[in-house]
Amino acid sequence: MGILNGPRRLEDLFVNTDAFPTESLSVQTKTERSVYKLFKAVRDEKSLNTIKLNRESHIEYISDGLKGLSKYLVVLDASKPWLCYWMLHSLDLLDYELSTGLIKRAISTISKLQNPTGGFCGGPGQISHVAVTYAAVNALATSGIKEAYDLIDRENLYKWFLKLKRDDGSFIMHEGGEVDVRGAYCVLSVATLTNLITPELTAGTAEWIKRCQNYDGGIGGVPGIEGHGGYAFCGLAAMEIMGKTDLLDIPLLLRWASSLQMQMEGGFQGRPNKLVDGCYSFWVGALFPLLEAILTKRQYEKDVANSEDTQCIYRPLFEREALQEYILIACQSPKGGLIDKPGRGADHYHTCYCLSGLSTSQHHVIYDFERAKGEDLDSGARSLLWEEEITNRVVVGDPDNLVKPTHPIHNVTLPNVRKMIEHFYGKREL
Amino acid sequence: MTLEAEVWNDITPIPQDDGPDPLAPIAYNPEYAKAMGYFRAVAQKDERSERALDLTEQIIEHNPAHYTIWRYRQQILFFLNKNLYEELDFVDEQIKYNPKNYQLWHHRQIIVEKLMDVSRELPFINNVLNDDAKNYHAWTYRQWVIKTFNLWEGELEFIDKYLDKDVRNNSAWNQRYFAIFFNPNKPTDDFLAQEINYVIEKIKLAPNNISPWNYIKGVIAKSDKDIDILEGLCKEVEEQKIISPHALGCLVDIHESRARNGSATDKAEGIKICITLAEKHDTIRKNYWEYRKVTLASI
Repeated sequence: MGILNGPRRLEDLFVNTDAFPTESLSVQTKTERSVYKLFKAVRDEKSLNTIKLNRESHIEYISDGLKGLSKYLVVLDASKPWLCYWMLHSLDLLDYELSTGLIKRAISTISKLQNPTGGFCGGPGQISHVAVTYAAVNALATSGIKEAYDLIDRENLYKWFLKLKRDDGSFIMHEGGEVDVRGAYCVLSVATLTNLITPELTAGTAEWIKRCQNYDGGIGGVPGIEGHGGYAFCGLAAMEIMGKTDLLDIPLLLRWASSLQMQMEGGFQGRPNKLVDGCYSFWVGALFPLLEAILTKRQYEKDVANSEDTQCIYRPLFEREALQEYILIACQSPKGGLIDKPGRGADHYHTCYCLSGLSTSQHHVIYDFERAKGEDLDSGARSLLWEEEITNRVVVGDPDNLVKPTHPIHNVTLPNVRKMIEHFYGKREL
Repeated sequence: MTLEAEVWNDITPIPQDDGPDPLAPIAYNPEYAKAMGYFRAVAQKDERSERALDLTEQIIEHNPAHYTIWRYRQQILFFLNKNLYEELDFVDEQIKYNPKNYQLWHHRQIIVEKLMDVSRELPFINNVLNDDAKNYHAWTYRQWVIKTFNLWEGELEFIDKYLDKDVRNNSAWNQRYFAIFFNPNKPTDDFLAQEINYVIEKIKLAPNNISPWNYIKGVIAKSDKDIDILEGLCKEVEEQKIISPHALGCLVDIHESRARNGSATDKAEGIKICITLAEKHDTIRKNYWEYRKVTLASI
């Protein structure tokens, strides 16, 4: 289906203004017009089937970044591991084989950013930060070799995590830093990959995240605040890691997440009545495999209880083709790299999350709970149960547009998640 | 601002150790690189001095997201017993240019926690919201200020202004929920009945606006009312020949709730609307409405 081949004409997809103009409406109208123009051109040329992911130019953009960044990017001088992760993960998704030299450079760069008191920091001489630590560990996971994993000082990492934990179950981002749901997600994702999840680490955290869910189903940064695509992903993924998704109102979260897909643009907004942004292709897009897995599990448990034998797997619950149309037609910078929305310039953050969203919409990654055989598995083992349902791929445009499947919890490609978990937990049957 | 040599002549700057051939090195402005060299040297000694304080300011000018520098700055400010009102002036200026920076907002919170004086905060936040009525940091900080200093009074009137200006401002709707339900004074049933009427009027202004639809369902869930009470509104929208997926979706909720109480007609009616939404009015959410249809069918 998608948008260009959908049941409604493009011209019928403009937002219904109710003849009641406000600021939100005027910026929305402007944005959807810019996307409409691009879509219309593709429709008129009938070129949707040949639309290409400009793989080579994106690789070139990232390779340039790996060599060096301009002075203006000093604003990311406290985010060096993020830069490494965005670039390496993008290359990995694009199926660009990371050379031994590049992997060695990555390990060496990140080795300079680990603090003896635990965790990783944004740049040499800085203090450790939870989000940066998540990026560093994901970059090491993407490097995919033992030498990268062995770099992580797990003992001090764990001690540091505990220092950041507050009595209410939430985590601060760094010593003296702010609290929000990113903290919980980053700690738990890293702790899963490195086999550091303990009852002590997770005590109270699920109850705190539950408080961040809003009346509309979205999850905000802290209790009381508006639901937001980025925080919703962090909240749901953290709950999934802890096996505590039953504390959330899942049908309401699904409704909210579904409402964020734009009918003209095909991409996602991060909050109701805000504008589409390519980065939510992942943050909101990846909510769906998680939600589908939770609903499937509930259905399965119900069927088992009723001694019924169904093979119910929830089908994808968002419009996968529409999202790909947005990313491929509206989010590729002609100079390489991907963008927020038409008119914006490329950056490494949007490149990473547009490609991660592209992956999430091409591959149907499902949670194979039957393989768990009802056992009470640790979070590492559960992360290994995510796998691609190969028969359910959808690739818009050129068939070569296919990128690698990414893990819906960690956002590292599936083979690299498996390698790291097998390293830290020992080889397992799952 | 430049780094004056004589202030620093006793300090040997420590160069950045990135190791050989690091990934994505940034071509630093020489002033920044120099400042960071001095920072590493003074931080190593944990020097808490005027010159170190100046240094943090210079680094922040280059990179306001430098969380380590902010932390260091806080330690120096408190150690030297600096005038924290002047620090608020500094933050006022900085946030103008970086209204979406985590560190700045958190820094402000730390300063205000120390001062325990909230007099400047709401006017300051209002300024930021005037420029961007959906600034997530500003609303988050506003909630912290209201909770910490018990400033619930007048908040609803404040939000009214924002909703009058832009009824699609979801942040303002969320703040409305916060002002009513996070308030230690719990709302009465009468109040909630009035609130529901207020929202219905707002929905009528623009029935395709999702925010008040979400909000009204949130309020109903907290009140002694049932979602049934929205049926009249949904029908009214329909009679005006306005197609609103939110009104139709609300009808699905109403029918679903009655179907759960055993009504087969409602089950059939709900399924019918799901199909219309999936096939005609809300095709981007086809998969979602099909899921709702299956859920209804299995009741």
